[in-house]
Amino acid sequence: MTLDINKIRKDFPILQEKVHGKDLVYFDNAATTQKPTQVIDEMVKYYYKYNSNIHRGVHYLSNKSTDGNENARKIVQNFINAEHLHEIIFTRGTTESVNLVANSFAERYIGEGDEVIVSELEHHSNIVPWQLVCEKKKAVLKVLPFNDKGELLLDELDELITDRTKIVAVNHISNSLGTINPIQKIIDIAHARGVKVLVDAAQSVQHLKIDVQEWDVDFLVFSGHKLYGPTGIGVLYGKEDLLNEMPPWQGGGEMIKEVRFSGTTYNELPFKFEAGTPNYIDAIGLGAAIEYVENIGLENIDAYEQELLAYATEKLSSIDGLKIYGTAEHKTSVISFLVDGIHFYDMGMLLDQMGIAVRTGTHCTEPIMQHFGIDGTVRASFSFYNTKEEIDALYNGILKVCKMFVH
Amino acid sequence: MTINEIQEEIIEEFAGFEDWMDKYAYLIELGTDLQGLDEKHQTDQNLIKGCQSKVWFNASLEDGKVKLEADSDAIIVKGIAALLIRVFNNQTPEDIMNADLNFIDEIGLKQHLSPTRSNGLVSMVKQIKMYGIAFNHVK
Repeated sequence: MTLDINKIRKDFPILQEKVHGKDLVYFDNAATTQKPTQVIDEMVKYYYKYNSNIHRGVHYLSNKSTDGNENARKIVQNFINAEHLHEIIFTRGTTESVNLVANSFAERYIGEGDEVIVSELEHHSNIVPWQLVCEKKKAVLKVLPFNDKGELLLDELDELITDRTKIVAVNHISNSLGTINPIQKIIDIAHARGVKVLVDAAQSVQHLKIDVQEWDVDFLVFSGHKLYGPTGIGVLYGKEDLLNEMPPWQGGGEMIKEVRFSGTTYNELPFKFEAGTPNYIDAIGLGAAIEYVENIGLENIDAYEQELLAYATEKLSSIDGLKIYGTAEHKTSVISFLVDGIHFYDMGMLLDQMGIAVRTGTHCTEPIMQHFGIDGTVRASFSFYNTKEEIDALYNGILKVCKMFVH
Repeated sequence: MTINEIQEEIIEEFAGFEDWMDKYAYLIELGTDLQGLDEKHQTDQNLIKGCQSKVWFNASLEDGKVKLEADSDAIIVKGIAALLIRVFNNQTPEDIMNADLNFIDEIGLKQHLSPTRSNGLVSMVKQIKMYGIAFNHVK
């Protein structure tokens, strides 16, 4: 199916905005995506008509909001094909989901001398929480490296795993380089050695269909705001038996069964891991976002974004002195680049003057920058609402910047 | 010239630019022309760390006046540093301490003043003021 991009663009009010008097070209989608009216309207509707604290309410509004929240959970469950509804836990985002697993999983399963494996391609969010628990538990953090194309050295994973390895935490798609990692193979290798796997899907749920049962993944984490939903809502999927074994992470309302000073008992899944008033309006917004994406179809989205990626890669590669970082065979619509003699900050600042929004810097992946021996890159990341005309604007913008630097 | 006179001069210069490209082209020119810092002065102590670019400021006191030198890996940032040097170089510590900076706002570089990690301008001004305070104390 060919997407009607003009019609899609009308769903996103912000894309009609001007920046510095120019048409906005939004190429910072890997940082956050824009929101369609379908999501904004759904959230506004709840604030206007149904807002009330959820669960354990006896009145009409509370029931309406509770239904909205639990319906969103159901939408997430179907979206990633989880076996059970209670395997879906709402969090503030990917980072909180990783922190939850790192802390709670470590409390139950990780002891002195045990090992955690992350990859060199990770976002800081999937490194630092593990460093913190490893320090606390006197465990060892090991790193799976990548080659100069930005592809993980899968052959080394089996050697890296020992009898002490408890979990492998790896992203599905690199936010800096766009590499799509061979998750199924990673899970198979780890499981063959009895090691659990957490997949950071923050950069992939918006591009590729994920089936947690097919993968047999133990934990999957992602954010709402990179999936055309609101900020402040994220998801942790975990296998039922693991989540049941793991202790609560945060304490408070919602997560308890009975509170006595002599000892408190905890609620069942998923509420055991959802302390405090849940972020139900954003959860409802996330549900609306997933419905929006599914309506367009992830396969259609992926096909079109691959077309944009191929077009942009060809155009940008033709620019003298431009080097693309991340040239993996399997990539998503992210291009990280530098132009000889032009600092990424200068490039980003000047493109901004032309209304083009890109991200510059380390993209919260300093180890990747260290691998390449650079301080940062310019990153353009495309979504299905972007067009080839916008890529032309980026191409012309870069040429214009290059000219400004020639004396 | 006093700090305020120099600021006025810069504001007038920038008023002559018709669009953003001229303005940034000028900053690039200033950045290119600014003599950088000797590597021995590119120390952590002189480094103002933003998330995006590195800026080094080196200051000394000669005959009661503050001498400033700067460098950056990003050329526009270096151009902005050149403007700051033009304003503050050869001024007394006291004048630097008490200076009221309005030219950055007036020439439309305010966006570089937002207190985020992405730029070093706020930190640059702060650092120069700190030198003023320190040298004033020494004096």
